[in-house]
Amino acid sequence: MAEKPAPLLVRPREHSPAWWPAGGLLLLLIANAIVNPGFLGISIVDGNLYGTPIDIFNQGSRVMLLALGMTLVIATGGIDLSVGSVMAITGALCAVLLNQGVPMPLVLMAAIGTGVVTGSINGLLIARFGIQPIVATLILMVAGRGVAQLITEGQVLLIRHQAFEFLANGFIFALPFAPLLVLALYVLTRLVLRKTALGLFIEAVGDNERASHFAGIAAQRIKGLAYVFSGACAGLAGALATSHIRAADSYRAGENMELDAIFAVVVGGTALTGGRFFLIGSLVGALLLQTLTISMYNFGVPPAVAPVPKALLIVAVALLQSERIRRGLAARFRRKAVPA
Amino acid sequence: MNRIQQFVYRQLPLVATAVVLAILFITAAILYEGFFTWGVFGNILADNAFLGIAAIGMTLVIFTGGIDLSVGAVIGFTSILTATLIVGLGWPPPLAWAAALACGATLGGTMGWLIHGFKLPPFLITLAGLFFARGVGFWISTESVGIPHATYSGLAAFRLDLGFFAVPFSALVLLFVVLLGWCLGHYTRFGRNLLAIGSNEQSALLMGLPIGPTKITAYALNGFFAALAGIVATLYTGSGNPAMGIGLELDAIAVVVIGGTLLSGGRGHVLGTLLGLLIFGTIQMALLFDGRLSSWWMRIVVGALLLLFILLQRALLRKRN
Repeated sequence: MAEKPAPLLVRPREHSPAWWPAGGLLLLLIANAIVNPGFLGISIVDGNLYGTPIDIFNQGSRVMLLALGMTLVIATGGIDLSVGSVMAITGALCAVLLNQGVPMPLVLMAAIGTGVVTGSINGLLIARFGIQPIVATLILMVAGRGVAQLITEGQVLLIRHQAFEFLANGFIFALPFAPLLVLALYVLTRLVLRKTALGLFIEAVGDNERASHFAGIAAQRIKGLAYVFSGACAGLAGALATSHIRAADSYRAGENMELDAIFAVVVGGTALTGGRFFLIGSLVGALLLQTLTISMYNFGVPPAVAPVPKALLIVAVALLQSERIRRGLAARFRRKAVPA
Repeated sequence: MNRIQQFVYRQLPLVATAVVLAILFITAAILYEGFFTWGVFGNILADNAFLGIAAIGMTLVIFTGGIDLSVGAVIGFTSILTATLIVGLGWPPPLAWAAALACGATLGGTMGWLIHGFKLPPFLITLAGLFFARGVGFWISTESVGIPHATYSGLAAFRLDLGFFAVPFSALVLLFVVLLGWCLGHYTRFGRNLLAIGSNEQSALLMGLPIGPTKITAYALNGFFAALAGIVATLYTGSGNPAMGIGLELDAIAVVVIGGTLLSGGRGHVLGTLLGLLIFGTIQMALLFDGRLSSWWMRIVVGALLLLFILLQRALLRKRN
């Protein structure tokens, strides 16, 4: 009798690493609530919800969006340093087009299209020419901000456009629109990746590009697509940033956002080495980051010092993910579990 | 003749960098009156001295196949630390400098230890280093602190007069660091170990090279040089500022890559970094001379140069393989 073939595409049920940042987020919220009991309060003004938790979602929506794209790039074993500069470019483009009276759907398409183009440049350099992701995306990171300043001619461009301002400041069913948009994109991405084999392909390429190539996966195309997606997310995030401050500031828009996005992804349990990804973890990581920044105000620490706890958190997460610490912890628990 | 051919073949990226620098400098000299003078050259060196010092340290780290994103933040941190120690606590400058250098080296060494000891990605750990140093810098003071000290104004005004060329003090420090980096990187066992680790860590391990100590020393040295760059920056601006050097790590990496060093490690030349710095400085100075072109062209040109050199390196590597 023939043996039953092992099911090929079964993903072993495992502990989701998103619990770690979620636990951290919870602890941070509790600490904040102890310092300032009003921290978690939500009030209704003009039929819309207001309060610090809503602020966290609202302010964190741009990093969440970037983290969504960055997760896929990191899952292929790469990294995208250019997202901050791409945000500056598309933010500037939005302002210029809106001020020339271009209709809003076209403006949004231009923003996302520009993100796709920049992402394609990154993808081309990395997948086709085999350039290291850090170097290839560094080019656009350096040049992109210059391009953004070229578009705005070094000015801060103000915009007045009600529909466009609604993107980042509007409310729908009493809830802020931008986080809802990001969540919808998350659900869509997750469906596309996990209900088809695409997510598995991405993980296969990140785990071992050669092996996935021999297994018949178009490894180069998958890698390139990850950068295109990341670019598109950055394009939309740039539009959100311009909508949020009702102006395009090509000097400051998206500044250090690439670092925040990478941070959110890593805290969310996706290792920089690639091969696995956790989309929801990245979103929780982005929220954790935003909460950390807002907590600084709550604790009365100058917000400029906020990077220090961020740094300690990254090191702690990196150490928890390192092989040596894991083996050490595992050995300790085993010794306790089996008292001879 | 054969030796020259061999050198050109082995150091092709370096030669390409030198050619680009020559073309740029000659073009600028023809286009702009008064560009081709020692004074302008001295200004190029002095204006970019702290970037250059940080880039030399970065070169050593990149030799090992690593990267350090923290140098800009370390410059900001050490500049405000030095200023606060001198102005706020009344320390004599040399003591404050020693403290800043020790802090830089310790931070670098700690990052190296984390990277090597726990096999963590250099990108992530030095990103944490960036956040940490920047945060601590702003913790010390959120505002820039001026340094009204006789030693400072004396050193800042000091010029080594060579008759035809008065070398500014910060340029002297830069040239000294380049010399030090050149000797360390290319004429010592340590330098050879760096390149060996960068080209293949596994083989280097099998050859019995001290991988851990070499890598940790490379990061510590880079931290030391970044701190030195921060001190030179306080001399150059006469003040300490926690916001100094934001984004400088990118310029430093760009200068190293334009200088012909492979970011994957194992190949490169410290002198290339000096040439890369001169290219960077020449473009900056030419934009300044021109006056019509706005400052953002600087970033676009540097990005284009990066692209050019990376594609060139790629083509060279492919040909060799």
